[in-house]
Amino acid sequence: MDISIGTPKALPRGLLRSDATQRLLAFAALIVLIIVFSLASPNFLQFNNIIGILLATAVNGVLALGVTFVIITGGIDLSIGTVMTFSAVMTGVFITFWQLPIPIGLIGGIATGAFAGFINGTIIAKMKIPPFIATLGMMYVAKGLSLVISNLKPIYFNDTPGFREIVMGSALGSVFPEVEVLQIPNAVFFLFGAALIASFILGRTILGRYTFALGSNEEATRLSGVNVDRWKIAVYTLGGVFAGLGGVMMASRLNSAQPALGQGYELDAIAAVVIGGTSLSGGEGTIMGTIIGAFVMSVLVNGLRILSVPQEWQTVVTGAIVILAVYLDILRRRKS
Amino acid sequence: MSDVLVTMEGVEKTFPGVHALSQCRFELRKGEVHALVGENGAGKSTLMKVLAGVYLKDSGRILYKGKEADIHNPRAAQHLGISMIHQELNLMPHLTIAQNIFIGREPRQAVKFMLDDKAINDNTQQLLDMLHLKLDPRTKVADLTVAKQQMVEIAKALSFNAEVLIMDEPTAALTEAEIDELFRTIRRLREQGVGTVYITHRLEELFLISDRVTVMRDGQYVGTVNTADTNRDEIIRMMVGRTIYEAAPDIPENGKQDIVLEVKNLNRGRVLQNINFHLKRGEILGFAGLMGAGRTEVARAIFGADPIDTGEIYVQGKKAHIKSPNDAVEHGIGYLSEDRKRYGLTLGMDVETNVVLAAFRKFLGILGVVNYSRTRLTAEEFVKTLSIKTPSLKQKVKNLSGGNQQKLVIAKWLIADTDILIFDEPTRGIDVGAKSEIYKLLNDLAHQGKAIIMISSELPEILRMSHRIIVMCEGRITGELSSAEATQEKIMKYATERGGIVQTNGAPASAAV
Repeated sequence: MDISIGTPKALPRGLLRSDATQRLLAFAALIVLIIVFSLASPNFLQFNNIIGILLATAVNGVLALGVTFVIITGGIDLSIGTVMTFSAVMTGVFITFWQLPIPIGLIGGIATGAFAGFINGTIIAKMKIPPFIATLGMMYVAKGLSLVISNLKPIYFNDTPGFREIVMGSALGSVFPEVEVLQIPNAVFFLFGAALIASFILGRTILGRYTFALGSNEEATRLSGVNVDRWKIAVYTLGGVFAGLGGVMMASRLNSAQPALGQGYELDAIAAVVIGGTSLSGGEGTIMGTIIGAFVMSVLVNGLRILSVPQEWQTVVTGAIVILAVYLDILRRRKS
Repeated sequence: MSDVLVTMEGVEKTFPGVHALSQCRFELRKGEVHALVGENGAGKSTLMKVLAGVYLKDSGRILYKGKEADIHNPRAAQHLGISMIHQELNLMPHLTIAQNIFIGREPRQAVKFMLDDKAINDNTQQLLDMLHLKLDPRTKVADLTVAKQQMVEIAKALSFNAEVLIMDEPTAALTEAEIDELFRTIRRLREQGVGTVYITHRLEELFLISDRVTVMRDGQYVGTVNTADTNRDEIIRMMVGRTIYEAAPDIPENGKQDIVLEVKNLNRGRVLQNINFHLKRGEILGFAGLMGAGRTEVARAIFGADPIDTGEIYVQGKKAHIKSPNDAVEHGIGYLSEDRKRYGLTLGMDVETNVVLAAFRKFLGILGVVNYSRTRLTAEEFVKTLSIKTPSLKQKVKNLSGGNQQKLVIAKWLIADTDILIFDEPTRGIDVGAKSEIYKLLNDLAHQGKAIIMISSELPEILRMSHRIIVMCEGRITGELSSAEATQEKIMKYATERGGIVQTNGAPASAAV
């Protein structure tokens, strides 16, 4: 996590499902954080800082979208951080090593993530290995493969100048070059676009329905004649797709695939999902909540940095927030 | 007969170590409510799960409308028109009523992967209207009462155009008013020609709702009678059988022992209502009742494992404040759970460690170092006195037989110096030979002055071991019997006495309720 903020105005509504007190709480927390930090420092609401927060949320947010599905089924995916890196490295292989066209490279990178997710799902559904262990294994496998394939060195995209522009350029800004406020990097639109798609899948499609059903009562779902294994694999594959997208975005942003990066990103993503009110015991969760959760985390980190809180302490505060969020969730559950 | 929907013949089913069904038969006609009764473990649910495709039969025939049917999974049964509503409801609490009913066969839009929420809700509304249920299809199932959830299950079953509806103990969690509502629904279905199998162990209910009754015992078919031609006593006789059991307890009752445990007005929600009893030194007090009667809950409440709403517990005449199992142990109360593998033992560790685990504190020297020579001596002593069969003290507990594991749990509590021992199903999963050893051990403990509560679902065991028997039903104590007056029939009568329907004076309800 480096730079960061977020204006709640920017959050999409409409398609996104609505319930859950926790999400309201998370949203309230986000507003409070923004008010407190903007009062504490005049720099906080500066345009550049807001862009910074949006950029910092982009990759973590996209990863968190995928994990939301997995967690709603009652599972967990610890591999998304290194799968993200693996996807970035493979994108480097496709574009820089093999000199394939950029679009092919992007699709290849996302497909890499999807493949890793498919393997995760297959191991969990068919070999009956608990998701925690299966994806922990995948975490190491993806990390190792990234290092092997890249030969421990970053892969740069120096031959393809357009590559960095995919995420860091501003399509909107280039249409209106004079308006400073519209110079928003594409990464932000990637995030919200991905969130809309995720929200559509979760709320309107058969995959979304079974995601909830699996997490709510897997045995009942099975007894209703649903092919539980197949849908579980689909959910983990979807998680991989988002990890792949995150990897491509990461590579574009850094203009390189950094093979040593990635571990720890899964925890940030899981934290965002949990803060957003998705229950770790499954059956409940919203995309809107996850997006809010991701912003809570990046606003917090950004604000603390602006207030010159040392990075070590930022980490401590983040941890405390995650515990608090889960505790609130438990309290809410106990009441009902 | 042309109106026969289902005929089951010679059905056999074996689970590892258990012959669950042996030469079972059953017949269901169109438009009848057929009650299936029997004690716990009689095989009622198993037989119906075979019909519903949850279990595969080992052999035997199932005829559906006169033709032999191959029912290899729940889907196949549903396609034939056979639906089962399981005891533990099979719903997804986070989904809506409509989403639950159409799970696995959701109406789609033109684009195949998109759901048609309008169609799903409209179809559900029609179903609910048909059942005269005033519910919104968009309500989350978690927000419904158990009774309403059951109605959702019925609606789901009917959405498959079910002609055979199997209900497994549907009234277990319902109130009187809700049961009335359920019965109204069942009668309406009967008028429409649906054949309903009604599994229950509540005898008074079958006289209210059923047309015929089939009784099962120990995985076998006992008989089928017309409800109108029978009465409660006949059904109980069929359920219990005519087995002759070994002599009464070998310790005569002694009225002069001092009371070591007294429980007054114990209440906990609907689970425990007004529980009063006492326990004397050297006594074995049997707790009988059917599954879910609240016997384990009484034990857990006394042991401090569950919180209670109101009530007082006196140990050795003094009021005891028991808020946790730790408090209970300090008052000298031990609880031996029915699930000893989960709650009683650390299976992966050796015999010696398990024996001393509960009382580790006694074996600590200075600086908290464990005195292993003393733990070994103690373990050796108990292995000998309880004749636990183990090759060595270092044997892992999971490799011992059920009987020896149970003895080990007993040893554990003896070392912890508990005077009051609560045994929950002490012989469950233990073979016959080992059972009599456990019985002997219980008798010896009582002789030595321990006070024992024994919860058991096996009536012969209760009759053989207990000095006094308390019978529970639905969280209430419905009767108390001395060993001299107790018979299986009397216990069953008390155990099936539900509040509200049956008078509380202990008289059996007449057959024609």
